[in-house]
Amino acid sequence: MLTAAGTPLLVFLLLPILALLLKTSPQTVAHYLAERNTLQAIGLSLTTSTITATGVGVFGTPLAYLLARRRFHGRTLIEVLIDWPTVLPPAVAGLALLMAFGRRGLLGGLLQTTGVEIAFTSAAVVLAQMFVAASYYIKTAEIGLAAVGCDLEQAAALDGAGSLAIFRYIMLPLAWRGIVGGAALCWARALGEFGATIIFAGNYPGRTQTMPLAVYIGFEIDLNQALTLAAILLVLSFGILITVRAILRDAPE
Amino acid sequence: MKRLLSLTEGVCITLALCACAVAPPSHTLTVFAAASLTESFEEIGQQFEAARPGVRVFFNFAGSQQLHAQLEQGARADVFASANVKEMDVAIGSSLVVSGTQRVFARNRLVVVYPKGNPGQIAALGDLARPGLKLDLADPSAPVGQYTLDMLGEMSQDDSFGSAFKDRVLANVVSREENVKSVVAKVQLGEADAGVVYSTDVTGQAAKELWTLPVPDRYNQIAVYPIAPMARAPEPALARRFIDWVLSPVGQQTLAKHGFITAD
Repeated sequence: MLTAAGTPLLVFLLLPILALLLKTSPQTVAHYLAERNTLQAIGLSLTTSTITATGVGVFGTPLAYLLARRRFHGRTLIEVLIDWPTVLPPAVAGLALLMAFGRRGLLGGLLQTTGVEIAFTSAAVVLAQMFVAASYYIKTAEIGLAAVGCDLEQAAALDGAGSLAIFRYIMLPLAWRGIVGGAALCWARALGEFGATIIFAGNYPGRTQTMPLAVYIGFEIDLNQALTLAAILLVLSFGILITVRAILRDAPE
Repeated sequence: MKRLLSLTEGVCITLALCACAVAPPSHTLTVFAAASLTESFEEIGQQFEAARPGVRVFFNFAGSQQLHAQLEQGARADVFASANVKEMDVAIGSSLVVSGTQRVFARNRLVVVYPKGNPGQIAALGDLARPGLKLDLADPSAPVGQYTLDMLGEMSQDDSFGSAFKDRVLANVVSREENVKSVVAKVQLGEADAGVVYSTDVTGQAAKELWTLPVPDRYNQIAVYPIAPMARAPEPALARRFIDWVLSPVGQQTLAKHGFITAD
């Protein structure tokens, strides 16, 4: 009975994905993989997503640790602030980034006087991805870090370990699942980012045209190129999700 | 009891009147039109609705190539108005439009726009090739993008600009937008130093924030806009009426008011 009730939604989720894969022949994929435009989009996407995940990992881990361990006033507000970009429509996120970092933006205006312009650069692509994907890492890493027993930290501190050593030798090894899983989710979300990218970073092959943008533009010009990129994105995201599931499933209770 | 009855009667009559007032339209006309037609077609749509009570006109504005892609994938529309002959010809080739039913209803020309305040310090057309200038153009797949490339090609054949002009200008392009309105928006925001759009796009709010540099006729591209009823339109008669309206003196006057060059 439960299975019957759940099946329609599952079929609905599976059908478009299957349809996309079936409509893309291996010959088409092989043909377009040889094209400069396609390779540029793939290369740019992979590079920017990796930089994003790394950046979020470096800057987000202290935040995740803070949320995992400390109680403080305004905690709810911080959590909402971290989650907010994920709930915002990506186009809104793009507009907001433009208002902040654009040439006439809040911070962008200042930066421009020093000759730094962010919009329309690959850096803008990374910023757009970080804005929308950071929460995926922070939330998952927070859960992983929170699962590490306080007593272990305290024992290490009693034995004379400094905070950095505690983090490196106690927290990290025990919370690695949450950290790696979170980074993978962040990477996948960054890979799929579109709305904020096209508004803030623009669309230029090799510089800001990531795979999702190439799919969008390609749909209007060359459906087969769009299908090729879409198929690759499908396979990549599927692989990530399977990996993340495997990593997080074996977490000790 | 009597008061309750008259109150109930009153409520019923009011509800019935409301129901009549918000009765669903008897006919809906779906028009897929190029993004540059936004302002003019919305006004024409209102005129058409006013002349035909019970008819609602629904517009889908986007880059002509995007509209054609949607139609190709099965989107239902009654009328297709494109910003170039190419997309209409492709639609005819795909049997979305019956050959011979298309009519040219307007023409447009290009103009160089730059943000109010001129951050790129543009004084003449030659400045478009200045290294370091940030130029925002439409993607070549959009009609205005192709027209821009053609215009640059014409300019490159002129000695005053030189044969390398087009390449140097293209080296300044920072983004290729999917439709002309995105170019307008980015230049308006000051994100780009300049852009190339239709002269009709310098309108409304945009007109206050954009300064323009006209392009002489000898380089300027005349964009030709065809309109046609869809082969499998849900409302074929209404589609023809709408196209007649666009081609009528009222429609043509409205287009002219928004800066278009009329069909003849």
